Amino acid sequence: MLAKSFARYETRYFYALVALGGLIVAMGLMAMHYMEEHGHIVTGMNNQIVWGMPHVFAIFMIVAASGVLNVASIGSVFSKAPYKARAPLAGLLAIALLAGGLTVLMLDLGRPDRIIVAATHFNPTSVFAWNIVLYSGMFTLVGLYLWTMLEKRMNPWSAPLGFAVFAWRIILTSGTGMIFAFLVARQAYGSALLPPLFIALSFAWGLAVFHVVQSAMYAWNSQTQDPAILKRMKNLLGVFVIGSLYFVAAYHMTNLYFAKQTAFEHFILSSGGIYPVLFWAGYVVLGSLLPLLLIFLPGLGQIKCVVAASLLVILGSFALLYVFIIGGQAFPLSIFPGFAASSSFGDGQIGSYIPSCPEILLGFGGLGVAFLITIVSVRVLDSLPHDLPSSKN
Amino acid sequence: MSGTNLDRRGFLTKSSVAFAGLSIAPGMILFDLAQAHPLGDAVSSKVRWGMLIDSSKCESGCTDCVTACNTENGLSGGVKATDSQWIRKVELKDLRTGRTTFLPMLCQHCEQPPCVDVCPTAASFKRADGIVLVDKHLCIGCRYCMMACPYKARSFVHENLTDQKTDVPRGKGTVESCTLCVHRVDKGQNTACADACSKAGHNAILFGNLNDPESEIAKRIRAVATTQIRADLGLNPGIQYEGI
Repeated sequence: MLAKSFARYETRYFYALVALGGLIVAMGLMAMHYMEEHGHIVTGMNNQIVWGMPHVFAIFMIVAASGVLNVASIGSVFSKAPYKARAPLAGLLAIALLAGGLTVLMLDLGRPDRIIVAATHFNPTSVFAWNIVLYSGMFTLVGLYLWTMLEKRMNPWSAPLGFAVFAWRIILTSGTGMIFAFLVARQAYGSALLPPLFIALSFAWGLAVFHVVQSAMYAWNSQTQDPAILKRMKNLLGVFVIGSLYFVAAYHMTNLYFAKQTAFEHFILSSGGIYPVLFWAGYVVLGSLLPLLLIFLPGLGQIKCVVAASLLVILGSFALLYVFIIGGQAFPLSIFPGFAASSSFGDGQIGSYIPSCPEILLGFGGLGVAFLITIVSVRVLDSLPHDLPSSKN
Repeated sequence: MSGTNLDRRGFLTKSSVAFAGLSIAPGMILFDLAQAHPLGDAVSSKVRWGMLIDSSKCESGCTDCVTACNTENGLSGGVKATDSQWIRKVELKDLRTGRTTFLPMLCQHCEQPPCVDVCPTAASFKRADGIVLVDKHLCIGCRYCMMACPYKARSFVHENLTDQKTDVPRGKGTVESCTLCVHRVDKGQNTACADACSKAGHNAILFGNLNDPESEIAKRIRAVATTQIRADLGLNPGIQYEGI
């Protein structure tokens, strides 16, 4: 009965969702206009915390965009049929998330009106500039990849393009990690562990987003997922969450071992107020351990548990990025090792940061962009996974 | 009828010559002016501008260098976390001995500046004479240079600006830092902070050409033990210190 009434009004529900997405995007654009009009003084960012909430949202989306493609890669590169059926949806989600993340990143610039300068003036030594090439290439490659999957005549090209996308996304996420890894003097960054850490995180975050969207699509179309495929995919999410935890632990353990880094680790893991709380409660417990229980505990692992686990992984990703990006800047730079420094410019002091409404709205605006692209494209293109009854490999 | 035509032709010829003259003359004057001060002489890698700051001469209560910088460059002088501070006075307490020293901290004008490496649009650049600057027309305000600077030397313009100095262009939404008073140095003058320190009688800031063996700064660097801040990073800053 309920399904019947939903089917009758399905189009209306769809347009209501489009309107909701449009509203969120509009609010984000208004926030951006307000920030540009008044300057970044209306945000919580300052000369010590130079990257704030917009970067948390943007980096989540960019990392997840690359990770969600993993589903397609397992299908195309490793020829696994259940994943192949999901590759078009993975490709669409990757484009949507990348567009959302880049929107936030661009609109947070001090001079978003000058974005064209980033294309006309290219500094080959800048990892940021490399990323501009990587993002553009990603859009192109994933677009072509989708074409080869959705257009029958182009199907033979799907495998080589899938391989190219796989290679490109690994390089792209390494590039995102390198943005931080190449910072020579900051205690929180400047580590060669960051590119592989970001790749591990992308696997988990991308698959979590995929689970949420896929489940919503199945529910919308009143279909149920094949339990065998669900089991494989939820186990994979669990493995990725464990992999992420491993890299995060390795990063902190390395820092703890170096005497010059222990003060920073003490701040992030124990004494730093909001940052240790977000790290332990947000990322470790809610964002990793609880999802693992929901996935692997005997008796659990059904679709509702997997969706809950995925949403928790996404929540944990925001907590981890907040700690990594904002906590990493809040800890004072070690400019004068061996001295206690103080000045009018915050030397030796913990930087303070309170996120403001406009920057949070801008972040949600980016999520709105990703949401809009997703719901429109999954409706226009046939991206609902169609599993063959025999797809068991 | 033909006479009228000749007059008209003559008038047109004379007008054209006069118009051409008026058009070209200002350009010729500018060309002459440019020739009078060839850029090549002003900015050359034969010169490397730098400073030697003697922290033992930096008085505890004095902030004349900071005030002079603010006045020279049209900065507000505010000390909120969102205000620009191109030079700041830092108090250092040795954790082993408890000894306290003071020093002015500014852009270190590195030979290998991380801000220049990371800038996506090449807005951050180093002049041939070692001065690290931001091209305000190219800066998109991404703040990656601020993340990369090991000295916390850069500020982001967080709000609208008023009363700017014509010699020192600034812009809301762009990043800025000490220009080593490039507009004064190019005229053969000293930096504002060094002048203010001398005027106050402290002479803690010595500005000059590090590449000229006969310059006062080069002689002093040869004679005393000097320190580069975070020398371990291998950036070879142009600003050096003694007495830390």
